[in-house]
Amino acid sequence: MPDQPASRPSLWRRIAESRNGLGFLFMLPAAVFLLCFLTYPLGLGVWLGFTDTRIGRPGEFIGLENYQWLNDDPVFWLSVFNTLFYTTIASVLKFGLGLWLALLLNRHLPAKNFFRAIILLPWVVPTVLSALAFWWIFDSQFSIISWLLMKWGLISQPINFLGDPWTARWSVIAANVWRGIPFVAISLLAGLQTIPQSLNEAAAIDGATPWQRFTKVTLPLLTPIIAVVMTFSVLFTFTDFQLIYVLTRGGPVNATHLMATLSFQRAIPGGQLGEGAAIAVAMIPFLLAAILFSFFGLQRRKWQQGAD
Amino acid sequence: MASVTIRDVRKSYGAVEVMHGVSVDIDEGEFVVLVGPSGCGKSTLLRMLAGLEHITAGQILIGDKVVNDLPPKERDIAMVFQNYALYPHLTVAENMGFSLKLKGVSRHEIEQKVTPAAEILGLAHLLDRYPRQLSGGQRQRVAMGRAIVRDPQVFLFDEPLSNLDAKLRVTMRTEIKNLHHRLQTTTVYVTHDQIEAMTMADKIVVMHDGRVEQIGAPLELYDRPANLFVAGFIGSPAMNMIAGRIEGGAFVSEGGQRLPLPPGAHAGSGKLIYGARPEAITLGGDIPLTILVTEPTGAETHVVGQLGGTQVTCVFRERLTAGPGEIVNVAIDAAAVHLFDAESGVRLSN
Repeated sequence: MPDQPASRPSLWRRIAESRNGLGFLFMLPAAVFLLCFLTYPLGLGVWLGFTDTRIGRPGEFIGLENYQWLNDDPVFWLSVFNTLFYTTIASVLKFGLGLWLALLLNRHLPAKNFFRAIILLPWVVPTVLSALAFWWIFDSQFSIISWLLMKWGLISQPINFLGDPWTARWSVIAANVWRGIPFVAISLLAGLQTIPQSLNEAAAIDGATPWQRFTKVTLPLLTPIIAVVMTFSVLFTFTDFQLIYVLTRGGPVNATHLMATLSFQRAIPGGQLGEGAAIAVAMIPFLLAAILFSFFGLQRRKWQQGAD
Repeated sequence: MASVTIRDVRKSYGAVEVMHGVSVDIDEGEFVVLVGPSGCGKSTLLRMLAGLEHITAGQILIGDKVVNDLPPKERDIAMVFQNYALYPHLTVAENMGFSLKLKGVSRHEIEQKVTPAAEILGLAHLLDRYPRQLSGGQRQRVAMGRAIVRDPQVFLFDEPLSNLDAKLRVTMRTEIKNLHHRLQTTTVYVTHDQIEAMTMADKIVVMHDGRVEQIGAPLELYDRPANLFVAGFIGSPAMNMIAGRIEGGAFVSEGGQRLPLPPGAHAGSGKLIYGARPEAITLGGDIPLTILVTEPTGAETHVVGQLGGTQVTCVFRERLTAGPGEIVNVAIDAAAVHLFDAESGVRLSN
């Protein structure tokens, strides 16, 4: 007798019983989520960059026209400079101060856990809230910093923190550093704690001074973590938006406009969705470069590799 | 090479004293093992010797120099850690030459010192590897190599074999002993394993609760333990302890069993502990032993049984046909019996 079709298991059953089918099913929710909220917006953004879409008007494909336009736009290049300056200075400061803080917290301090918790506060506070606090600190008339310096007789009139291009740049960097240190410090502290105490003791017996123990034992062992932490830190800083938008909105005279804020400014209040998207897309090469540098330059260490 | 003198060393953490006045004299070139159960203070003592731990009171001398306040690097010692503490980012050769590099020794000279040390330890073909590419035994050797290259006054070992498997431990034991024989460097070795202590030491320091219980050559401790702690700690299987008292020229256990007294034992009163090593109990005699478990190991038979109301372990040279539940008659070699005061634990017989 031939096989009876009725005895074949149903399609659903066959999927549910196959290893790959089941795997696919389990993956589906995450895949749908990523496609809807990551791939689609990214793809749409890249597409918009090639169109002349405005708010209220569907655009047409115009090729690289937006990019040619940006290439001739001094404000765009200023924002590129600002972004690189902001990212470089803030990252270096966050790394230096974060590492220093992590080393301090790694020692035996009284109330160690209390300090570790306190350190996290700037990271926990919503960015807008801390930005508002800094806005007040940097206020042109009521700044507490100006007030203090005047009290001490160091300056005669309030500093116009956010009104002058260069003081504004340094001011937003200061706010960003304040906010970013906890992430670096706590991550590096976690890294420091994976380094066995006996390595330091062995180095001390081998005749290393505290500075040599730091440079020849602690720092090399920390580099893998530093690479990861600083990649993230650079990415966060490069794409920063909230802080700038609350503090200066890119002013004065575009002096603190980052690529992210300029992109938003052109796209939403300015209505030029295509151009805004093009600015955002222009950030991608920089971010990729940062990731590749970290991956190839810092994370691949021979002593960590598995086989020989 | 130097002698080491530890004089009434104490250690307190806050108000809690954990080391209560330890004194040990270590001669030049001697191999001394600090042994004791975990928490007895042996590692702390070693770390104080290394300068990794502060000394609360007392003195430590290396050679004739008081080193109490010297930092580790000025003590001219080398230490092998329990987890080896190899620098993971340096190759075997770099690990071994690290201390010389810090001293500013030329690369050529470092190589001249590292190569022979690597050859002694059979590491010559591994010099370019990283620690993570080595087996446990090889890492252990690198750690020793790092110590040898330093050519220090004193070698310190902190439970160096405890991370190795049983077989490798025996091999490395021999290697360390061999190395000491070759280099004749004063060595202080910490372990909780009394067999390691017995097999390796010129002199054993038995520690317990931050005190030295007894210092002596391995067999001296085995044959004449100064107190119950040492008697129970040294020797495997452990010494049998039978509680009782002396009555009418014999030892009577709490279970009423009469046991022969060692010659010269004076008829003291009070509670005593009768100590007999497993091999001091032999087959054939008039003391009944109820067998609980027999463990034939081939060369000898370990028997756990009831003797005079106490559980004892015997090691017989003969093979035994009797099984659990049966009773065999045994004799105790009176000359090898130890008597201890039950209260103070102090040895009574000579």
